[in-house]
Amino acid sequence: MAGLCHIGKGTVVKLIIAAIKPFKLEEVREALTAIGVRGMMVTEIKGFGSQSGHTEIYRGAEYAVNFVPKVRLEIVVQDSLAEPVVETIAATAKTGKIGDGKIFVLDVSHAVRVRTGEINDDAL
Amino acid sequence: MTRCDADGQGESHKMTNLMKLSGMSALGASLMAGLPAWAQEATAETVEAVTETVAEVVPVMDKGDVSFMMIATVLVLFMTVPGLALFYGGLVRTKNMLSVLMQVTMVASMIMIMWVVFGYSVTFGGSTSPFWGGTSKLFLSGVTADSMAATFSAGYVIPEYLFIAFQMTFAAITPALIIGAFAERIKFSAVMLFSALWVTFAYFPIAHMVWDANGYLFVRGAIDFAGGTVVHINAGIAALVGCIVIGKRVGYGKENMAPHSMVMTMIGASMLWVGWFGFNVGSNLEANGGATLAMINTFVATAAAVMAWSIAETLLRGKASMLGAASGMVAGLVAITPACGTVGPMGAIALGAIASLGCYFFVTVIKIKAGYDDSLDVFGIHGIGGIIGAIGTGIFSAASLGGVKGDDYSIWGQSLIQIEGVVITIVWSAVVAFVAFKLVDMIVGLRVTPDEEREGLDQTAHGEAAYHG
Repeated sequence: MAGLCHIGKGTVVKLIIAAIKPFKLEEVREALTAIGVRGMMVTEIKGFGSQSGHTEIYRGAEYAVNFVPKVRLEIVVQDSLAEPVVETIAATAKTGKIGDGKIFVLDVSHAVRVRTGEINDDAL
Repeated sequence: MTRCDADGQGESHKMTNLMKLSGMSALGASLMAGLPAWAQEATAETVEAVTETVAEVVPVMDKGDVSFMMIATVLVLFMTVPGLALFYGGLVRTKNMLSVLMQVTMVASMIMIMWVVFGYSVTFGGSTSPFWGGTSKLFLSGVTADSMAATFSAGYVIPEYLFIAFQMTFAAITPALIIGAFAERIKFSAVMLFSALWVTFAYFPIAHMVWDANGYLFVRGAIDFAGGTVVHINAGIAALVGCIVIGKRVGYGKENMAPHSMVMTMIGASMLWVGWFGFNVGSNLEANGGATLAMINTFVATAAAVMAWSIAETLLRGKASMLGAASGMVAGLVAITPACGTVGPMGAIALGAIASLGCYFFVTVIKIKAGYDDSLDVFGIHGIGGIIGAIGTGIFSAASLGGVKGDDYSIWGQSLIQIEGVVITIVWSAVVAFVAFKLVDMIVGLRVTPDEEREGLDQTAHGEAAYHG
């Protein structure tokens, strides 16, 4: 691949992973779009943190549901946008109750746009 | 209830006693009269006697009754597939969805064939035995499109094929009810073999005992308008025996066995309610005022049961659940089944609510303490609801409580007869079920292996998955 020699030479790119409450997804998407985020990946996940599940009762049978449904966002942005994205998610997804979620920020070594072969910043 | 042969209609004993006669004391034996189509096997003397009767009461086949009963018949089929199949299917885990749909579909289909080959004959074949109908109508021998069966009104008949088909749907749904008790762990071959044995040695004799004019419980005067005892107690007891003999599911009490689709369960329960109008109202055999009494009762008893279960849940655990409403719905339908022809609407409301609370208490408290694994609460709802309904029928049929039974009616006396019917059914069904399960265990084995159970019956028994993507 011709473009491979350019990998690592562009601007620094960040990956933001956030687990949020599913019903907050649409609100978060709108807020992120408003600050210039042009794409994201969304996955329905289950997990537990300090919220640690709940109980469901079917007739007489009680079941502990240990893994709570969440939505995981993966957003790749240029370095300068990472801080506003984190702040926006933290502000928008917040209900103030236990189980609001977590946000993680990672460095991305490189990014490629499949259609054009553009890399890093240009690929976003 | 008067005995069928006790009112002086001498020719009645020469007729095939074909009907679902429960709950019809006021009508008595006269309804047996005037059915010339049955005379074909009779002696010349009998033919003469029948001819004389015809001179008095010309039997009428009313096209309104026929249309009504054909619709009622397919409504009962609709209860089974897809109603019961979806109701049960939603209650199991995803990996066992198809196994439940298959078991209901296959059991019902097999029994339809068994019914016309010998079931109808041994249930309603015209024998004067209190316990079986004999062999005279094996393979529907002698039945033609011109054969007629009696209704509850003297001189009014419906085609015998229609009566056969209507009763066939009752036989088909009853063993399909049982499979919910041992869902998620039984071998498919065991379900089929057990159903064939149980329906032959428990359902057919008890249906004869309760509904045939010579049947033991019918003669005793037990009221079971649409099959609370024959269908629901009968199935509920076999279900209880089954889940105890077969044992608990792997991981019962430890793993999450929550229903995989409350939506399917709601759809199925609602179809059961709709189809139950065929079951209860059709049991009147004629489209008349009595049918409308069964209809209004099937509405309001069920509504009261839904309300009662949901109110109990709200008060006792703070939230009314969809499964609770659906369970109350079925409990109410079960309870009003024997009673719908003889209680009034206010009695129906009381009976539905009482049965619902009884079932709620049973499945949430007693079953948990008893520790057996009746996967879908077949005994807790059909068995307990059926028993409350059968005894409640004795109580709420009294005119003083809004029922249709007049001055000479004894609540206590009738309730004792109802209890006798319940006890006989419990013992008979339990013994047949126990022996049948043991036989099946010896012949094909009852349970799948633990590995197959963990993987799920859809893949291991049927090679399919319910959902993709």
